[in-house]
Order: sequence, then structure tokens, then C-alpha cells
Amino acid sequence: MLDTNAFDLRKYISRNPQSFAVWIALALLILFGLIRYENFGGAYNITSFLNYNSMFIIISVGMCFVIMTGGIDLSVGSVAAFTSVVAAYLSPYGIEVALPGAVLAGVCFGAINAFSVVILRIPPFIATLATMLGAKGGALVISGAQTISVDWGSNFTKMGMEKALNILPWSIVVVGFVVIVLWVVLEKTTLGRTVLAIGGGEDASVLMGLKVNRATAFVYLLSGGCAGLAGVILASGFGAGQPLEGIGWELSAIASVVVGGTLLTGGFGSVTATVVGALLLGLVFNILNFENGKGTISFSAYWQMVIRGGFLFAVILFQAKVNAGRSVGKTQS
Amino acid sequence: MSTKETEIQIGNVKNRDWGKFLRSNGGVLALIVIVLFNIAFTPNFLQMQTLFVNISQVATIAIVAMGMTLVIATGGIDLSVGAIMALAGALAPLIFSSEFGQAYPTLGIIAAIALPLAAAVFCGLFNGLLIANLKVQPIIATLIFFISGRGIAQVLTNGNLQTFSNPSFSYLGTGKILGLPFQGWLALAIAIALYFVVTRTTFGRYILAIGGNERAAELAGGPVKRVKIGVYMICGVLSGLAGLIVVAINSASDAARNGNLMELDAIAAAVVGGALLQGGRAPIFGAILGAVIIQLVKYTLLANGIEDEVALIAKAVIILAAVYIQQARKE
Repeated sequence: MLDTNAFDLRKYISRNPQSFAVWIALALLILFGLIRYENFGGAYNITSFLNYNSMFIIISVGMCFVIMTGGIDLSVGSVAAFTSVVAAYLSPYGIEVALPGAVLAGVCFGAINAFSVVILRIPPFIATLATMLGAKGGALVISGAQTISVDWGSNFTKMGMEKALNILPWSIVVVGFVVIVLWVVLEKTTLGRTVLAIGGGEDASVLMGLKVNRATAFVYLLSGGCAGLAGVILASGFGAGQPLEGIGWELSAIASVVVGGTLLTGGFGSVTATVVGALLLGLVFNILNFENGKGTISFSAYWQMVIRGGFLFAVILFQAKVNAGRSVGKTQS
Repeated sequence: MSTKETEIQIGNVKNRDWGKFLRSNGGVLALIVIVLFNIAFTPNFLQMQTLFVNISQVATIAIVAMGMTLVIATGGIDLSVGAIMALAGALAPLIFSSEFGQAYPTLGIIAAIALPLAAAVFCGLFNGLLIANLKVQPIIATLIFFISGRGIAQVLTNGNLQTFSNPSFSYLGTGKILGLPFQGWLALAIAIALYFVVTRTTFGRYILAIGGNERAAELAGGPVKRVKIGVYMICGVLSGLAGLIVVAINSASDAARNGNLMELDAIAAAVVGGALLQGGRAPIFGAILGAVIIQLVKYTLLANGIEDEVALIAKAVIILAAVYIQQARKE
């Protein structure tokens, strides 16, 4: 039964025009960049692009799991800021302590979310909003509202600044590994199927005897852990724990998930499409930066938010249209 | 749904009476506790100055929270209120400081109030159309302006702080009637008007009907789309008004800070005041009570030398507690 589900899902993706659209848009943007800017395909741009966007990829994938259950996690940005400070404090002990420590801190915030949502039955939107405030306050308290410099003597900064085998940055390697694991979890395990089932219909899932509470708790713990990992990359890549970072990250993550075609009502979603969505959003800004550099346009930093909002609007319109077409098709069949 | 609710009810059987009391009077009780605490511990609390400062601060939260209450009553949410405040607040000084505004001061002031409010209504209309016609979830639809509204305000002003000296415009935020701040009276007038709308007009009854059961309201032939759009437009215009008041208080417009995190304050005030996130209730005066509580908590922490960061955590706890206490309210 689980197998047929997986099969249906894949067929569903292949039928989902948005997944195609996202892949094609990504390919076209890359092509455009390669033709128009000479440094676009250069090692420096690729490395810094992947380094920076690895943070958004990982929180987007965590967010994707939450959204598939029909929930939302607004706390990811603040949690990443908090864990970047934790990572900076732990950096003298090396990455092998700082990484698990910071991820654990993220998981703790995820546990607070899970407790509020699963046990207290507080709507995810409100529960994670409160955690967002709490984590933001917590980050400022433990850092004294200062950026916390990392220990440059230890191997901590390797994660965000050096490359594995001189090819890919460590950050993207780690994130890539986690993403693959999560893809397997979603597509091949009972837990993953339960996550999708909850979004499809929570009551039905309960009645079917699925471990709904466990899976719901899992997605919030996961999202917290992903935010924790993003915090490590942040601290490692910039050489400091940054309590004031992370503002608006939850929106970027939600946007990536939506762009990837995951339905916000839950019940359907894809890890790969979310990654592509995050890359696409990152690439839009990468290209805008190049365009700014060429001098053809001069967008101030303030335009970024306007464009991001406009992009979200375009995607929402697209999704609304696709969904409308779908429901029409349903009634006909 | 039903299984969850029975669980909650079983859990609450023991302290049901206490819980019921807390749920229906929690806000007032909290207010009394905070006021008593302040009388005991905060120096100079019982002074006219304190009352004045708090009323002038609470009015903006209350005005936005009332709009938010109407939106929440339909089962929706509006994250864009803070961004709309920034947008309206950025527009006003641009208009009355322009050549036209300088040449015709009176017309300039009228335009500086009317046009930003019109822009705010438009933002609300945009939200409402997405939600009612395209069936986009309210969180996501209002996310668009939440992200880009402040950006538009910053693009318009180049991110500059606009300072000005314009006594007639500043009356919005610094004027006094009977010794109390003008915007306090304004908030009160809006509350009375909205209370009338909710309890005495078909529009108001439909707001509650949509929140209670949208499908039923639609099948009953109610103008569901129009009512929903209207609610977001009201929330938009009230946010715009609040943005103008903040700018008037400061005699300066800072698009980066005006209305920052206001969506949280407004949602918290609405919920503390008794609004149900599932919709179906629109306690307008509750929103004012909630706003007063939020403001007093902020004031209490500040007056007792507690840092802003800790105040954030306190706010988080208040929101969680208020929502939790209300969970079982829906019969």
C-alpha cells in the first residue's frame, strides 16, 4: 500500500506543471547568466552562491516538511540566529563539537514548537511566532546584543570557508547530504508517508492509526535542527555568531517551498522541488547583483524586498491558476 | 477534530470551573494584576504623565488590533499591517513636504492624510481579492505586502529618515482633547463605530457568520467574498491610520521602524482580548483591552529597567498563554 502511494506521488509530480516550470526556469536563468556575465560561471561566484544559499536550502527543506503536514514554522530565522551564537561560543572546541551543539540547540527550539503544537494544541502559526520572539530575545540575551567572534584557531571556519576535496564548499556538501537523507525519509519511510498523510487529512490519519502526533513532533524537531545547521553555516561562513541575522528567513524559506510547488495546505510536497525553489530564488538575486554590477540597473537594497514580494505574488497567481485548473479537471473526471 | 476536542475537555474536567472563569475574565484579571503590580513597584506610576504616555502609545496598537479582530473574526489573519503602517507613514511627509503641499498647506494636509489612507485601503483590497477570489490562504496572501510593503516605503524614501515640522499634521499624534491624547479619542470613536457595525449591521453579522462556518454562510446566500474583501480593506485603512499617527507622534517617518512587529502586537492584543483564531467572534472592546495589556506589560518591563530582549520573551509567553487559555473556548 505504501508503495502504490509512492508511485502515485511520483506520477503526480510528473503531472504537476509547477515542478516542470521551476526546473525550466532554473535552467533558463543559469543559461541567461552564463551568456550575459563572464564571471557568472566562475569558481568564485559558484562557491559564494552555494555557500550563502546552503543556509536557505536547508531551512527551506525543514520548512517543507512542516508545511507538508499543513503547519508552518515562523521561528526558523530567529533560531538560526540563536544557534549561530551558540556555534560561535562552541567554536574553540572545533566543528565536531560546535556543529552537534548548535543543531541540538535548534532541536530544543523545535521541541518547544512541537510541545506547543502537539500537546497544547496551539495553532502552529501562533506557536512558532511565539518561539520566533523567544529565540530572538534569547539570542540577544546570550550574546549581549553583540556579534560573537568565532575562534579562528580551531577548524570551525572550515565549514563555511573551505572546500571538500577542493571542489565544493563543505557547507553545501553537508547540506546536500542532509537533503538526500531527508529525501529518503520522505519518499521511502513510514514516517515520511505519515507526514504527507497528516497534511492530506489529519483526522483520517488518526483514524487510520497512523502515529500522527509523533510525525507532527518530528517535523518541528527537524525544522529546528535544520535551522540549527543553518546557524552553524552562518557563524562559520561569516566568522561570527550573529544574533541580529535571520530576519525574514522564514519568508524566504516559505517562498522557496511555495515556488517548489508544495501546497501550503499540506498533503503534497517534494524535497527536490523545494531545493530547486530555493536555488531559483537565490539565483534571481545573484543575477540582480550582476545586473547592478553592469550598471544597466541600479537597484538599492530596498528593492530586494519589493522584488521578493512580487516574485511570491507571481508564484501565488500561478499556483492559484494551476489549482483552479486541477479542481475543474477533477469535477470532469 | 472531535477527538482532539474531547481530549482537551477530558483534560480540563477537574479545573473546569476555574478554567471557565479564567477564560471569560482572564483579560480583566491580567489587567488588574499588572496595574496593582505597577502601583506597588513602579515609581511614579500613578501620575497623569504616565496615563498620557500610555494612552498615546496604546492608541496605535488598539486601532490596528481592532482591524485585526475583524479579520480574525472571519477566520483570517493579516500579517501586512506593520508594512502598511510603514507605507502610509512614508507617503504622508512626502506629500505635505512636496511643492504642492508647501504651496497649499491646507490641501496638502488633506492630501497627506487622504492619499496614504487610500493607499492603505488599496493594500487591503489587494489582500482581500487574493483571499476571497483566488482562495489564497490569508497568511500567504498577506505575506506579500508583509515582505514588500516596507520595501516599497523604503524605495520611496530611499531609506532616509524623513523629519519634518508640521504642527497641523502632528496634531494626529500630539493633539489633546480634555487633556488626553487625540489619538486615544480617535481609537475610542473607531471602537464605537466598529462595535455598531459588528452588532447592528448585516455586514457585521456576516463577518461572524463567515468565521463560524464559511461554507454555511455561502450556501445561505451571503455575500461572502464582498464581506471578506471589506474586512481586509478596513484592516488596511486602520493600519494606514496608525502609521500616520506614529509618524505624527515622532514628527519623523522612518520606514524601517514604523510598525515593525506591529502584526505581532495586533494579533496578541486581539487574542488576549478574546478573539478566536478560528473565527466567529469579534470582541472590539476586547481588542482595546488586549492592546492596553500588551502596552502595560511593555511599559512595566521598561520602567523597571528590564531589557528589550527579555520583553520579547515576555511577549512570546503572553501570546502562548492567551491562545492556550482560549483553546477550549470554541464549543
